[in-house]
Amino acid sequence: MLVSVVMLALPAGAAPTFPPLTGRVVDNAHLLSAEGTQALSAKLEAFEAATGHQVVVVTLPTLQGYEIEDYGYQLGRTWQIGQKGKNDGALLIIAPTERKVRIEVGYGLEGVMTDALSNVIIQQKVLPSFKAGDMEAGIIGGTDAIIAQLSASPEEAAATLKAVSKPSHRSNSKIDPGALIMMIFVLFWVMGGVFGRRRGGLGALLPWIILSGSFGGGRSDNDGFGGGGFGGGGGSFGGGGSSGSW
Amino acid sequence: MTTASSIARPSRLKSLMLALLLPLALGACGINNIPTKEEQAKAALADVQAQYQRRSDLIPNLVATVQGYAQQERSVLVEVTQARASATQVKLDAATITNPEMFAKYQAAQSQLSGVLGRLMMISEKYPDLKSNTNFLALQSQLEGTENRIAVARRDYNEAVRVYNTELRTFPGVIWASTVHKDSKAMIAFTATEAAKALRR
Repeated sequence: MLVSVVMLALPAGAAPTFPPLTGRVVDNAHLLSAEGTQALSAKLEAFEAATGHQVVVVTLPTLQGYEIEDYGYQLGRTWQIGQKGKNDGALLIIAPTERKVRIEVGYGLEGVMTDALSNVIIQQKVLPSFKAGDMEAGIIGGTDAIIAQLSASPEEAAATLKAVSKPSHRSNSKIDPGALIMMIFVLFWVMGGVFGRRRGGLGALLPWIILSGSFGGGRSDNDGFGGGGFGGGGGSFGGGGSSGSW
Repeated sequence: MTTASSIARPSRLKSLMLALLLPLALGACGINNIPTKEEQAKAALADVQAQYQRRSDLIPNLVATVQGYAQQERSVLVEVTQARASATQVKLDAATITNPEMFAKYQAAQSQLSGVLGRLMMISEKYPDLKSNTNFLALQSQLEGTENRIAVARRDYNEAVRVYNTELRTFPGVIWASTVHKDSKAMIAFTATEAAKALRR
């Protein structure tokens, strides 16, 4: 077990470090008032209860020298925002030091929350307030716009997109092949372990040794939603969304 | 007679059990790792190609929109159209994905297109009317988003290739690579290009 934990940590390579996911609003750059944070969290929680989509607002004191696009999708993947298989999460990322803002959209929402619409939200709802120095208003405005689009009926959402541009869709119906393969491997692992142990000796250990290696790319499970805490649901990101600067 | 059958039965049972359990044991020995990782890398490449296709699909609309506002930039527009056409001609398929020459060609054609697209977007900065056109703004953000997805997809593919190539060269994969999976060849990773990055600014 220890071996596989070490292996999990290794392939990350030269990735940036990410702050812990402390809630639906992670205000590490301290741009929000206490009341603002609370109101925003409550709004996002109610939104998730109604639609199932996870949206997280995060302010970062530094991007560690990365482009916000580089940092954003990796943060989303690390936190696993959105439901597993649906990948229906989104992030609103604000980096005041670099003066960058980004809406990061999970694979599954790219059709509803297009790049063009993300851009319009940033340009019209977020940046004007940021330019005027009112960070909280911009963050709330942006979040409200994201929530509005994602809770709209399909017809309303489509109408909003049409007003912005012709949407460019991407098919999202594929089943995660990684998950399927993992399941098959686990099956082999368990059965191989039982078989090996009966024979004893190295035979019992071999599948463990080999599999601890081949599981190197796996992901650890998240805590999920138990106990009132907040955790990512296993969603993934592929670089959808849009960025802006002020 | 009775003794013979009582000896034969357990041995038949044994061989049946062996036949059932052998595939499972082999599975646990990583014999499936090579094809599994190869398929993962191929799927990641298909995603890269899908994103390049998506970019390609945006271009006619983009060219038409820019043309309406910047007639005098004909030469760049023609270049974009030509680069798109030649990028469409270089395709990677099952037979060519492990061919370094073809892969380099594919990558060169796509980064050539990235380069001229970057120039087109730079030029558009000079035309305030174009820059305030809703359709153009939408196309611009879509292009930026697509370039970003291309970057992510390429990185994911490179990682999948690294994992797969490592499997081919390390124990126990190296044993299977030289016996059962002789046809599985090392795959090629993309090299970093600056053109894609320049577009994002």
